[in-house]
Amino acid sequence: MELFLHYFLLIPFIGYVISLLISSKNEFAISRLAFITLSLQLIFAIGFTIKWITIGMPSINLKDFSLYQVDDYDFFIDLYFDHVSAVFLVLGAFLTFLITYYSRFYMHREQGFKRFFNTILLFYLGYNIIILSGNFETLFIGWEFLGISSFLLIAFYRDRYLPVKNAVKIFSLYRIGDIGLILAMWLSHHLFHENVTFGRMHNADLVSHLLQKHSWEGFFISFMILIAALVKSAQLPFSSWLPRAMEGPTPSSAIFYGSLSVHIGAFLLLRTHPFWEHQISVRILIGIIGVSTCIVASLMARVQTSVKSQIAYSSIAQIGLIFMEIVAGWDDLAIYHICGNALLRTYQLLVSPSIASYRIKEQLYHFEPREKTLEDSLPKKLEYSFYILSLKEWNLETIIYQVFLAPLQRFAKRFRLFQMNIGIILFAVIFIAGLILLSFKNDLPHFWKNYLPGFYAFVGLLMVIKAFTERRNVLMSWFMVMMNHFWIALAISINVHIHYSTLAMYLTGVIISGIIGYFSIQKLKNIEKRITLARFQGHSFEHPRIAFIFLLACLGMAGFPITPTMIGEDLIFSAVREDQYFLAFFLSISLIVDGLALVRMYARLFLGPHVKTYHSIAHKSS
Amino acid sequence: MHIKPFDLDDTIQELKRYLPTQGPLKDYIFQNSLACFQDLPFHEAMKRSSEIFGYKTYLDLKDFRALYEKGEIRNDILDKVILENKDQVSFQHWKNKLIEHDYQIRILSRVGVLRDKWSKFLKIDLDKFVHINLFRIIGAYLDQGISIWNFPSHKQGLRASLADLEKNSFTSFFQTEKAKSLLLDKNIDIKYLLSILVGKEELYFQYLFDQQFAHPGWSGMIAYLENNPHTLLDKRAVSLKDFIFLELLLEIDVLEHRYAGKWTPLGMLSKVEPKNLFAPTRHPEITEILRMWQEAYEWSYYDDVLHHLTIQENVPNQENASFQALFCIDDRECSFRTYVEQTDKKAETYGTPGFFNIEFYYKPDGGKFLTKLCPAPMQPNYLILEKSNKFKIKKEVGFSSKSHGLFVGWLVSQTLGFWSGFKLLRYIFKPTYGSTSVSSFQHMSATSSLIYENENGEKEHDLQVGFTVEEMALRIEGLLKSIGLTSHFADLIYIIGHGSTSANNAFYSTMDCGACSCKPGSVNARLAALMANREDVRKILAERGLYIPEKTQFVGVLHDTAQDLMVYYDIATLSEENRPKHLIHQETFEKALKLNAKERSRRFMSVDTTQSLEKIHQAVQSRSFSLFEPRPELDHATNSLCVIGGRWLTKNVFLDRRAFLNSYDYQQDLDGQLLLGILKAATPVCGGINLAYYFAKVDNQKFGSGSKLPHNIVGLFGVANGIEGDIRPGLPKQMVEVHDPIRLMTIIEHYPEVVKRILETAPATYEWYMNDWMKLVAIHPETKQAFVLKNGDFELYKPLKKHTKSIADLQKLVESSHENISTHQIISA
Repeated sequence: MELFLHYFLLIPFIGYVISLLISSKNEFAISRLAFITLSLQLIFAIGFTIKWITIGMPSINLKDFSLYQVDDYDFFIDLYFDHVSAVFLVLGAFLTFLITYYSRFYMHREQGFKRFFNTILLFYLGYNIIILSGNFETLFIGWEFLGISSFLLIAFYRDRYLPVKNAVKIFSLYRIGDIGLILAMWLSHHLFHENVTFGRMHNADLVSHLLQKHSWEGFFISFMILIAALVKSAQLPFSSWLPRAMEGPTPSSAIFYGSLSVHIGAFLLLRTHPFWEHQISVRILIGIIGVSTCIVASLMARVQTSVKSQIAYSSIAQIGLIFMEIVAGWDDLAIYHICGNALLRTYQLLVSPSIASYRIKEQLYHFEPREKTLEDSLPKKLEYSFYILSLKEWNLETIIYQVFLAPLQRFAKRFRLFQMNIGIILFAVIFIAGLILLSFKNDLPHFWKNYLPGFYAFVGLLMVIKAFTERRNVLMSWFMVMMNHFWIALAISINVHIHYSTLAMYLTGVIISGIIGYFSIQKLKNIEKRITLARFQGHSFEHPRIAFIFLLACLGMAGFPITPTMIGEDLIFSAVREDQYFLAFFLSISLIVDGLALVRMYARLFLGPHVKTYHSIAHKSS
Repeated sequence: MHIKPFDLDDTIQELKRYLPTQGPLKDYIFQNSLACFQDLPFHEAMKRSSEIFGYKTYLDLKDFRALYEKGEIRNDILDKVILENKDQVSFQHWKNKLIEHDYQIRILSRVGVLRDKWSKFLKIDLDKFVHINLFRIIGAYLDQGISIWNFPSHKQGLRASLADLEKNSFTSFFQTEKAKSLLLDKNIDIKYLLSILVGKEELYFQYLFDQQFAHPGWSGMIAYLENNPHTLLDKRAVSLKDFIFLELLLEIDVLEHRYAGKWTPLGMLSKVEPKNLFAPTRHPEITEILRMWQEAYEWSYYDDVLHHLTIQENVPNQENASFQALFCIDDRECSFRTYVEQTDKKAETYGTPGFFNIEFYYKPDGGKFLTKLCPAPMQPNYLILEKSNKFKIKKEVGFSSKSHGLFVGWLVSQTLGFWSGFKLLRYIFKPTYGSTSVSSFQHMSATSSLIYENENGEKEHDLQVGFTVEEMALRIEGLLKSIGLTSHFADLIYIIGHGSTSANNAFYSTMDCGACSCKPGSVNARLAALMANREDVRKILAERGLYIPEKTQFVGVLHDTAQDLMVYYDIATLSEENRPKHLIHQETFEKALKLNAKERSRRFMSVDTTQSLEKIHQAVQSRSFSLFEPRPELDHATNSLCVIGGRWLTKNVFLDRRAFLNSYDYQQDLDGQLLLGILKAATPVCGGINLAYYFAKVDNQKFGSGSKLPHNIVGLFGVANGIEGDIRPGLPKQMVEVHDPIRLMTIIEHYPEVVKRILETAPATYEWYMNDWMKLVAIHPETKQAFVLKNGDFELYKPLKKHTKSIADLQKLVESSHENISTHQIISA
C-alpha cells in the first residue's frame, strides 16, 4: 500500500517529461497528455485515499532512496502521508484536473500553448512532492519546483514588460522564503543530529526534550519555517506580491494564486505543527501576524478596483484566518477552510471576466447610487486615512523594498566603484592564498580557523553582488556567479574536513552549468552583437532555443533540485556548525543573491519587450 | 524650427484628438482606430501615424510574402499594382525588392523621446513609480461597482475630491509635503507644474504628449468620459486636465522624494531640444513596399469578387414570394440569408441596418437606466418602455461582494466554497446557460409588452414616450422604401434583429448589433413589426402609395448569432390564415439555422464540421455558454465587403460570410436620395468595423488589447493586464486572429455618375472613399460593368481573372477548409 505513494510522484513526473518531448505544434497531443496525466492521478488519489481511510488512516512514513551518502550525512528522499496530505492530494488533483481540461480549449491558438502545459505539469509535480514529502530536503525540492514554475507562469507573456518585471520581483521574494527553509534545514540538522523526518517530529517526547535544552535553536527553526510560510501564503508583510502575480492566463492564476500555491504556506505550518506548538512565543507571533493580515488584507480587498486583485486580497485575509485556526490547534477546521477557500477562489477567478456583464446587468435593475459602507460611520479623518492607506496597500511594497532590497542595493552601489581589473588580480591573490592556507589547515591558529571561512564566504558574496549589479558585461557577470561557488567551496573546505567527492560533485555541477551558460551567452552575442544587462531585451522572441538552454544553465548554477549543485549546497550547509550564524548568514545571503543575479540575467537577456521593433510590441505600461 | 507657443486648451484638444476614443465596456463602439488621421489619404496616414506614434500599420513583410507564396496574393495583380505605381523600366527592380530584398525594419516613435531623457540623464524610471499610484487613484475614483468601499469623497471633479481627501487625513498619497501643498493650493495650475518639471515652455506640448501616450488607455478613457459623461451609470465628474494635473504632481513627488529638492527640470538638462512632433514625415522605401503589397493583397481578393458579381443575372423579384424576411446588414447574416433562400426557393430576403429605421431609448421593466437602440452617432428623442417583464436575475454568490468580507467570506468559503467546486465541475463538463453568460434573449422578455404609442405627448427623462402614428408611418415608410420593398408583399414578412450569447466574456457587447449601439436588435425588430401591423399606420402608408395588403402580417424576430436560435415575438396576433404558414416557415428557418451553424463551425476547432447537423448545432450552442471558450463566435472577423443593391447581385454567390448586405433598388431611386441616406448610415458603421479589425490585426498590441486570456476587469468599465497595467481599449487577439486586414469595398448598384454626384453632397461620408479608407465600386445597372473610384473619378475596372468557380453543394464546400474560402458561384442543383 505505502509504495503506492510513489505513483503520485511518478505520474506527474512522467507526464511532465513526455510533455517536453511533444512538438509545440501538436496542441491536441499536449492537452490530451495533460488530461490523461491528471485523470490518472485523480482516480488513483481518490482510490488510494478511500482505501487508506478503510484501513484506519494510519500515518505512513516511507523512507525512500538516498540521493547521496557520505560519512554520517545522508541525503534521502522521504515520503509521508497523513490526513493533511490526503486532503491536499485530492484537492490538488481535482483542481489541476479541472484546469487542464479547461485550458485545453481556453488556450487554443495561444502562443506558448506547450510552454503553458509544461509549466503547469512542472508545478503540479512540485506541488505533489511538497505535500507528500517526509523531510525538509524532499519538501525543499518541491518548493523550488514551485518557485521556478511560478516565475515562468507569471512571465508567461514574456514579451510584455509588466509580467516580466513582476515575475522577477516575486521570484526575489520567494527567494527569501527559500532561505528561511534552508536555514531551518541547516539548524534542524544540528538539533536532531540527523536528517529529521516529519514523522519523527511527531514524537512529542523527543521534541520537547530537545527544545528544553535548545529553546533558542527551536525558536530560530520555527521562525525560519514561519518566514517561508508567510512568503508563500502572502501573509504580512509579504502580501502585496499575490495580486501582482495575476499576470498569466486566467486559469493559471486561478490554480496558482487562487488555490494551490498560496495555501502551501498553511500546509507547511500544518506539517511542522508538532514542532512549534509548544513554543508559546512562536504561536503568539503567528497569531499576531494572522490577525493583522486578516484586518489589513480585508481593508485592501474592499478598496480594490480590479476583480483579480480583489479576489487575491480577500483570499489572503482568509488565509490569515486559517493561520489563526492552525495556531489555535483547530487543524481540522483549518483544512476544511483551506479546501473551501481554494475552491471558491478558483471559481471566482475563472469566472472573473463575467463580472462586468453580471454586475452591469444587475445595476440596470438594482442600481443604488453610492451605498453607505461600514467605514462611513468612522470619523471623517480616520475614514479618509484608512482609505488612503488601504489604496496604497499600506505601503507594503515600499516596506519590503526598504527592508530587503534597498540595503543590498546600497551595499552594491559602494561596491560598484571598485575597479574590476585591479579587482580580479586582487581576488586571484586572495583565492590562491586561500588554497595555500587550505593545505596548512590543520596548523592554522584557532582564531584564523574560526574567521577565515566567514571571510571567504564574504568575498564570494561580494562577487555575486557584483554580478547582480552589473549593467554591461554579461559574460563577466556570469563568471562572477560561477566564481562565487568556488569561494564558497574554499570557505567550507577551510571550515571543516570535507570529502573531496562532495566538493567534486558540487563543483562539477557548477562547472558544467558554467560552460553551457558561457556558450549560450557567446552564441547570443555572436548573433546580436550588442547585449547588455541594463534593460530587458526580449531575445526569446527570435531565439527561444538559446533562451531555454540558458535557463537550464541558470537552474544548474542556482542549485536547482536534482542538479549536482543542489546536493552540494545542501551538504555545505551541513558543514556549517550550529554556532556559526555568521557563516550561515553569509552563505544564505549569497545563495539568495546568486539566484537573483541569475534570474535577472535570464530575464534581461531573453524576456521583456523585444529590442527589435519590427513587429507589434505592447506599450510598456500595458 | 518654429514651435507654437504653449496653449493648454489647444494641447488638451490635440491630445483628445489622437488618444483612443473607446468608451466603457458595456457600450462598445467599432470605429476607425486612426480616425484622427482620416483627413489624409490612407497610405499617407499609415506612414505618418507610424512615424509619430510608433504604430505598426501593415502586416509584416514576411506575412505578405507568405501570402504571395500561397497564391493568396496573385502574381498578375502584383504586377499590375507595381506598374500602376512605377514605370515599366524599373518594374523588375521593384518586383525583386518586393519579393526578396532584406529590409531592416525598425518602428520608432517620436512620441516618448523627450520623456525618455529622465531615464537617460537621471537614471530613473519615473513611470515605474508614478503609474501604479496614478492608475489606482483614478481607478478608485471612477470605479463603477467592483470596489466595496468607494472613493469616499465626491466633490466636483477629481482634483477637488483628492484635495478633500488629502486635507482631512493623517496620511497622504504623496511622499513629500511639496506635492501635497501644490495640490492644496488652488492657484496652482498645470502650467506651473510644468515649469517645475520641464522648465522650458517650448517643451510642454511635447512633454504632455509623451506623458499621456505612455498610458493611452487610461488617458483615452478619461477623455472619452469627459466628453460623454452619461456613459457611466454611476456618474463621475472627470476631466483630462485634472488627470494630467495629478500625474504631474505624482512625478514631482517622486523626483522630490528621491533627490530631496536637488534636481534640475528636464528642459534644463543639457542636450534637450524641442521637436515638432507633427513635422512632415520621412519617406523610407519600406513604406512604399508595404503599400504595394497591401494593394496587391486587397485587389487579389476584390478582383475575384468583382468578377463573380459582374456575371450575375438580374432576375426580377418573384410575384408570389412564400415569405419575405428583413435582416440586418451584418456580415454574420450573409450566410444565413443564403441558407434561408436555399431551403425555401421562394423566400425573399432583404438587408437593412438592424435598428430598422426606428431610433429610441429603451427602458426595460424595473430598469433604472435607458439604453440607446440605434446607431451610436444618433441622438433619439423617443423612449420605449417595457411592461410586465417576468425576468429575474439569477443571483450568483461567486460575484457577490460579500464573499470578499472577512467573516462572511469565512462562512462563504466554508460552505459555498464547496458548492463552487461542484458548480465548476458542472460548468466545465456540461456547459449550460448560467449567471456567467450574457444572452441576447434576455434583452427583452418575449412575454412582456411594449409601450410605444404616444397619444397625449407624455414625456419621461425629457424624451417623448413612444411614437405618434404619423411618426410610426414615417419610419416604416423609410424602412420599406430604402430596401425597395414597396409592392408584392408576401403574407408573412419577418423582421429579424440579431444579438449574441457568450459566457465569461468582457467583450460581450462587441457581438451584438452594431446598428443598435452594440445591443441586441430585438426591441427594434419587434417594434417595427408592431408598427407595420397597425391599421392606422397602413392607412397613412397607403396615402403615400405604399399599399400593404390586409392579410400581410409582420413578425418581429430575434436571431442569436452565436447559438443560431431564433425567437418570434407576438405570434398570438397572427391570423388564422397565416398561422399554419408561419409554422412551415418556422421549419425553413430551423433548417437554415442549422446549415448556418454548420458553415460557421468550420472555423471552430472544438466542432467537427462533418457531423450531423443536429450535433453541430448543439456543439455550437454549448460553445456559446462555455466558460472556457474565448471565441463563442467570430463576430465580424474576415469582413471585407459591403454590397448595396438588389439581391440578384449576391444571391447566388458564396461570399464566405464576409459581406455586409444592404438591399436597395436603384430603379425606385434614380436621383440617389435614398442611396445617400443608406451610405450615410452604412459607411461609418461598416467602415468603423472594418478598420477596427484592420488595425487590431496589424498591431494587436497597440490598437488591440492583446490576448484576452490574462485580462483583468477594472472598475467594470475596462480591461487591463495584471493589476498595474494600463487599460486596453481595442479588440483582443482572439477576435481578430482569423481576420484578413483588407479595407472594405463598398459595391453599389447604380450609375457611377449618380453615386459620385450624391456623394459630393456629403463630404463627411465622401472622405472615407476619397481618402481611400474604404474602396468604392459602382456596378452599372445596365452594362453590369464595375467602376472603381480612383482619385475622385470612377474608372472602368475589368477583372483580370475570368475564371468562375462554381459549386452546387454548399455543405461540401464548407467542409473542405478551415481557412478562407474564395468566392464561388452557387448553381442550383
